[in-house]
Amino acid sequence: MFFRMIRGMLTRQTGKMAMIAFTIALGASLATAMLSVMFDVSDKVNQELKTYGANITVVPKEASVLSNLYEVEGGGDVSNVYLKEDELGKIKTIFWAFNIVDFAPMIDVQASVNGTPVTAVGSWFNHHLDLPTGEQLDAGITSLRSWWELVDGRWLDESQTGDDQRVMLGHTLAEKLGARVGDTVELSADSGASADAGSGANADAGSGANAAAGSNPSSGSFEVVGIFDAGGDEDKQIFAPLDLVQSLSGTDGKLSSIEVSAITTPDNEISRQAAKDPSKLTIAQYETWYCTAYVSSICYQIQEVITDSVASPVRQVAESEGAILDKTQLLMVLITILALLGSALGISNLVTASVMERGQEIGLFKAIGATDRAISGLVLTEIIVVAIVGGLVGFAAGIGFAQIIGQSVFNSSIALKPMVVPLVVVLVIVVTLLGSISAIRTALRLDPVEVLHDR
Amino acid sequence: MKNVSKIYGELRALDNVNLTIEQGEWVAIMGPSGSGKSTAMNIIGCMDKPTSGEVLLDGQDIAKLGRRELTEIRRDKIGLIFQQFHLISYLTAVENVMVAQYYHSLPDEAEALEALERVGLADRAKHLPSQLSGGEQQRVCVARALINHPEIILADEPTGNLDEQNERIVLDLFRQLHSEGTTLVVVTHDAEVGASAERIITLEYGRVTSDNADTKFGKGNG
Ligand SMILES: Nc1ncnc2c1ncn2[C@@H]1O[C@H](COP(=O)(O)OP(=O)(O)O)[C@@H](O)[C@H]1O
Ligand SMILES: [Mg+2]
Repeated sequence: MFFRMIRGMLTRQTGKMAMIAFTIALGASLATAMLSVMFDVSDKVNQELKTYGANITVVPKEASVLSNLYEVEGGGDVSNVYLKEDELGKIKTIFWAFNIVDFAPMIDVQASVNGTPVTAVGSWFNHHLDLPTGEQLDAGITSLRSWWELVDGRWLDESQTGDDQRVMLGHTLAEKLGARVGDTVELSADSGASADAGSGANADAGSGANAAAGSNPSSGSFEVVGIFDAGGDEDKQIFAPLDLVQSLSGTDGKLSSIEVSAITTPDNEISRQAAKDPSKLTIAQYETWYCTAYVSSICYQIQEVITDSVASPVRQVAESEGAILDKTQLLMVLITILALLGSALGISNLVTASVMERGQEIGLFKAIGATDRAISGLVLTEIIVVAIVGGLVGFAAGIGFAQIIGQSVFNSSIALKPMVVPLVVVLVIVVTLLGSISAIRTALRLDPVEVLHDR
Repeated sequence: MKNVSKIYGELRALDNVNLTIEQGEWVAIMGPSGSGKSTAMNIIGCMDKPTSGEVLLDGQDIAKLGRRELTEIRRDKIGLIFQQFHLISYLTAVENVMVAQYYHSLPDEAEALEALERVGLADRAKHLPSQLSGGEQQRVCVARALINHPEIILADEPTGNLDEQNERIVLDLFRQLHSEGTTLVVVTHDAEVGASAERIITLEYGRVTSDNADTKFGKGNG
């Protein structure tokens, strides 16, 4: 009986019910889209941050000061300032040593390949370390720069014999030289020169200092084992084992920088304060900070062990990305709330109108003995049926919207997180109930005497 | 009903009415339009409360009851018949009867069909109200009113929209119900319908101006 009544009511007001379903669908689709995008995008960014290799760079203090002063990337014109290679191992002795999952020493020098001026970078690729703690670690840029794509060949690998005399080329440089994997290139380094990534001409002009150093540039022929696409300045550079570059340029035992990949705890108030000046913390705060794996406390501890160094988080860009993401998420939450409020209002109006339209009917039900509960049940059931239809349609549409938003705004497809389903269900229920409150009150307030006796 | 008044603003729709209706009686309420007939019906039918006075139904003062209790009394003791029928347009005849069962207890299609048979509409059970004539619709309405075996049936101008033939069928049904002991209160303009009743009460300006029960029982006075 009840269902015949519901069915009858629904079919008689198809237009109005379709409008209500549409309103609910609109709210549900926006909620689905926003929530999907929100959950998935934040996941994606987090993943990206994790795969993003190094999150701390260590550079000589003076280089850091100057590069900060002139806001030049990559150390600027600072030459002859180096970190000491023999202190490298100390990185794995700091309090948070176990959080340091990877690191690589770097030496950048001004060099030329087959006569073309380039920056040559010496580093570890897959350097096996037996630590005094008994821990073993394969460190180097192969894992630190996991997002680099090999265009051809393979990564250098210290465990392969002969690889200490081989090199890798950035793909831009390789194209310029017409070099391929298996070719041999002539690499000569300006002895004692620090690289200037941006302007090779400047380095040539400024060779007075280098000449004064009185060293003789050495050179050699090396086989190319791999060509990579880093998507950055590295594409114009030549990469070689650390020792090779050091001996060519006469910078034995010296490093331009160290890249460190550490697992860190997200920053909070204390860590941000400490990052500016740890000495301003209270002792208790200092203890907490020092013993928590904030990126700032790890940096601080690295500076303690590496002489005249400045360790700083390199994720600044990602962090501001994160901040923008937070704001975007807030915006999306607001849009969702507004959309849902709007749809609750719409539902409220439509359902109230539909109840008024059926005043006589409801009045009759009351006259023949329908209780308040029965009337509320009737109105609610009807609206719930409509809400289920609207919700399902909206959910499907929302997944579509999410894809559109994902493609156009974030350039990636959005995976549906299981979390979204119960959330949308709850939101639709809440909105539907909110929307039906006023309609139910209208229905209950209907006086059968008024609606049944037409005078 | 003791000293019952219903006041709308300045207007006294019922003005200090005293009235007693015995169980099993068939009463017609007559009077000009606007004299308070429907108002009296609504109060007897527990759809409305008087502004002042007492209304005793089976010894219970309904003027003092809450909405919920009034609904229960309406459901259990009263059957309503309207001039405008008030059938649900998207439900068939038998379903319209079953709605009353649904809100009373449990819908029982067989019983609902029996009630329709009683009003001579067994063959129209599956028709929608729009497919029935006015007389047939009113008979569905009667079937709906009697389905839960109410003690009182209240009819507000039940024949107002009917032709003579259908009027007679409805009056026959009333006669049957009366013979079964159901209390009938019928508001009407129609002298013939009034004459079928055993007692006629006339209202004017919210007051009882004549009541032929005075001669029979000697009580009730406006
Ligand atoms: N809800 C109401 N509000 C205001 N006046 C009303 C209301 N109901 C009835 N009345 C007035 O009360 C008087 C009696 O009405 P009613 O009982 O319907 O008369 P009848 O049924 O005898 O024609 C009329 O004058 C009518 O206008
Ligand atoms: Mg009337």
